[in-house]
Amino acid sequence: MKLTTLLTSAAMALGLATAAFAAGHEKTKVGFVYVGPVGDGGWTYEHNKGRLAVEEEFGDAVETVFVENVPEGPDAERVMTQMALDGADLIFTTSFGYMDPTINVAKKFPDVKFEHATGYKRADNVSTYSARFYEGRAIQGHIAGKMTKSNIVGYIGSYPIPEVIRGINSAFIHARKANPDVQFKIVWAYTWFDPAKEADAAKVLIEQGADVVLQHTDSTAPQAAAQEAGNVITFGQASDMAQYAPMPRVSSIIDDWAPYYIARTKAVMEGTWESTDTWDGIGAGMVGIGEITDAVPADVKAEALALKESIASGAYHPFTGPINKQDGSVWLADGEVADDGTLAGMNFYVEGIEGDIPQ
Amino acid sequence: MDLSVINPVLLIAALMSAATPILLAATGELVAERAGVLNLGVEGMMIVGAICGFAVAVESGSPALGFVAAAAGGALLSLLFAFLTQVTLANQVASGLALTLFGLGLSALLGQGYVGVKPPSMPDVNFGALADIPILGRILFSHDPVLYFGLALVAAVWALLKFTRAGLILRAVGENHDAAHALGLKVVRIRVLAILFGGACAGLGGAYISLIRVPQWTEGMTAGVGWIALALVVFASWKPWRVLLGAYLFGGITQLQLNLQGAGVAIPVEYLAMSPYLVTILVLVILSADKSRAPASLGRIFHASS
Amino acid sequence: MIRLEKRPEPSRGFAWAAPILAVIATFFFGGLLFAFLGKDPVQSIVTIFWQPLFGEFAFYYRPQLLIKGAPLVLIAIGLSLGFKAGIWNIGAEGQYIMGALFGAGVGLAFYPAQSAMVFPLMVLAGAFGGWVWAMIPAVLKVKFGTNEILVSLMLVYVAEQFLASMSLGLMKNPEGFGFPGSRNLQQYASAHNAEIVADTGMHWGVVAAIIAVIFAYVLLARHRLGFAIRVTGDAPRAARFSGVNPSRLILFCLGTSGMLAGLAGLFEVSGPSGVVSIDFNVGYGFTAIIVAFLGRLHPVGILLAGLLMALTYIGGDIAQSQMGLPAAAIQVFQGMLLFFLLAFDLFTNFRLRLGRVEVA
Repeated sequence: MKLTTLLTSAAMALGLATAAFAAGHEKTKVGFVYVGPVGDGGWTYEHNKGRLAVEEEFGDAVETVFVENVPEGPDAERVMTQMALDGADLIFTTSFGYMDPTINVAKKFPDVKFEHATGYKRADNVSTYSARFYEGRAIQGHIAGKMTKSNIVGYIGSYPIPEVIRGINSAFIHARKANPDVQFKIVWAYTWFDPAKEADAAKVLIEQGADVVLQHTDSTAPQAAAQEAGNVITFGQASDMAQYAPMPRVSSIIDDWAPYYIARTKAVMEGTWESTDTWDGIGAGMVGIGEITDAVPADVKAEALALKESIASGAYHPFTGPINKQDGSVWLADGEVADDGTLAGMNFYVEGIEGDIPQ
Repeated sequence: MDLSVINPVLLIAALMSAATPILLAATGELVAERAGVLNLGVEGMMIVGAICGFAVAVESGSPALGFVAAAAGGALLSLLFAFLTQVTLANQVASGLALTLFGLGLSALLGQGYVGVKPPSMPDVNFGALADIPILGRILFSHDPVLYFGLALVAAVWALLKFTRAGLILRAVGENHDAAHALGLKVVRIRVLAILFGGACAGLGGAYISLIRVPQWTEGMTAGVGWIALALVVFASWKPWRVLLGAYLFGGITQLQLNLQGAGVAIPVEYLAMSPYLVTILVLVILSADKSRAPASLGRIFHASS
Repeated sequence: MIRLEKRPEPSRGFAWAAPILAVIATFFFGGLLFAFLGKDPVQSIVTIFWQPLFGEFAFYYRPQLLIKGAPLVLIAIGLSLGFKAGIWNIGAEGQYIMGALFGAGVGLAFYPAQSAMVFPLMVLAGAFGGWVWAMIPAVLKVKFGTNEILVSLMLVYVAEQFLASMSLGLMKNPEGFGFPGSRNLQQYASAHNAEIVADTGMHWGVVAAIIAVIFAYVLLARHRLGFAIRVTGDAPRAARFSGVNPSRLILFCLGTSGMLAGLAGLFEVSGPSGVVSIDFNVGYGFTAIIVAFLGRLHPVGILLAGLLMALTYIGGDIAQSQMGLPAAAIQVFQGMLLFFLLAFDLFTNFRLRLGRVEVA
């Protein structure tokens, strides 16, 4: 391929230039490709906070660049190529749909390191990383099970993808453990982002009797709906949403990419970067649990914190058998722990959840 | 599946609130279109209204002041459209689409400092004992003031178009601008006013989302409501009460599909999610027996010498 | 006082000068905006307009212009036929999605059989998918007089739900570990809409766009049907008297625009994009409406307008990365460019006169 050679030679030329001007060109350049706007207050907002943390950590030694609102597909490929051409040493691509574009571009720039979020394709210069948000869901499930009086917990999902289904299962298992009578009502918004629809979904769940609303969508619309209803609790998602504490928001799951981004940037600076597959949770600090407020009774809070500790230390895995699938067949035997492969592609409900996953 | 969990009273009360942004924006657009102006920039004006209202409400602590600012912001943006289409005689379809692009960008720039901020909330109107009437109390007497304003606006626009001289002039300009001009009517001035009114209404609709329905600010948060509002004007055959009907129908089906999901109805979710659009088409086909048509000069460029 | 006077016929000189004036005005006001945001205005504008075309890495960006511009031009050409005749297809985005779904569906059904027949069949299926989706508003309009603006727009949202459903269900990659999205057609040689000449950006979608431009030009300038389209748009009553069948025209215009939008979707999904995913559509169908009007509904104008839009997207992304300009500022800048292009068109048809109003 002509382009490949051209690009490689361009990259090499740049590399040479870098070497030649070593004194003036010591900065490590880190690129970020975002799927949404940095002002989305959720997914992209948190990735951008990670970027800012990298800048703060290394000061003048790094330069970060980003492009927001990049559609998945050829646009993403172009933006990544452009960053590589401009001399980026490390590029974080922060959406599942960037998987194939990342692999394509990485082939053309063997000397540039790529980090793809939430995907499963790797190469010598492509790592993948993701967060075990389901660990946080387990804690939410426990609090939800203890706190619900109507025994109905509402759950707002975006699309039925493994990430969301895993969260539902984790929350449900732990809600049932805390309260055997609890039922989940699941509403799918079928959109990634439509705050008005999320508000509607939350109101519907509350009207149908839910007094705990869990959400896998990033807006504060459910918090506002819960506040209006009065006696409904919610959890922050992606960001802390502390503006709704102590009620209705009683805790939260926070995406915290900063430790990972800092560590990987450092690895590139020190020349120790290797292709890895990272799936970190509470222990490594990638999943943050926002402060549990006083709206939660002290004993429940203590249990929740103990659960958090045991997950963080690795003593307890939220998917530990015995767990059956929805149809009653055995998934995990007593004491058996789910393997990451099954978790990553999870496409079934566990026993006790009513309704079908939309196919 | 358990349909008994769906409470029709709450459903109706919820759909009234859900329909209000579309209702406000569509009513404004209806007036503009009755004057012969097709402004496809509704989405852009709504989102600018959403951020203007949000920012002013947060800064001043008064949601009411926020709504005033939202109307002003929407109107100000529509002034750009008015200048393009009425003074420089640019194509209305293209100008409207460009306005949406511009508005989405502008709102994001204006809103940079407001992500994650919680706005002051607007209390519901207190009707005292009326709100305690069974069924009707919840449906009719338990809402925020802007919702009632929206209903009043529909009534006002209907009365204006049907009974007043101003309404007659507006329609005359929309039906045949050359004849209206020959009668000595100020076609351009009337149209600019209609555009401003449409912009103000769209701004209010946007602020209803950012201040009451959601309430928060995020980029692009109107998520396409403006397009639905545009479609509703056509759906309503340019008649105010039918805008209300259409907005409630659309909002109602959206609410219903979420309710059905909550009740565990075994219809695939994606087909439920499609249903508001399909039902709108279906109703439109049924209504198209009615031959009331668009204002004759809709979207056409007027120049006095031509 | 200043007033406008209609030119006896459009000024050819201004038809060319207006876009240039508009671009200069955009440079000025866009520069002000960038300066206000604390960026170097000159450098910002150079980055957006110069770098992709003549910068250090132009060898990479120039082909990207074709990749980004082709779907816009292909869809806009189809739309312009209808717009000229007063037939409003606002739902090209939906037809684009359905073309991609039909085309990719055929390709995925054949997987992993390698045959030279697969891609041509996909092209047919893609064209058919877009055509069918556009025929719904067309038939409803002809049969019941239903407004096509509304129906075609509503069908966009329906198509988006289909797309999500397909990405999560039927077309989901069986080897994708449960993640949404189809197999990558780029990795299935028989279905891959690869570059015809490597590194030029020239894929079959670009070829189709060029053919569409020529086809539309000939149709409008030489063919009876083109005459019918123009007459219907200018004077519907006169068109009836001259023997134009309005129903047939509606079916033709909506059908053709749907077909071209469907083709654009198919070429995108089998080439640059590769996968059917929930977020496959990125608004080409709506942007193409702007492109059609920006090109004054003229085939050559549309070609230029499509490339200009593509340039601002590509240059805008470069400016975001190199200068730290927010995406929103680029959007505002694009909006300004469109405003000025539309506004300066005034002088093509009118001239300014100073002085008193004459009494006719």
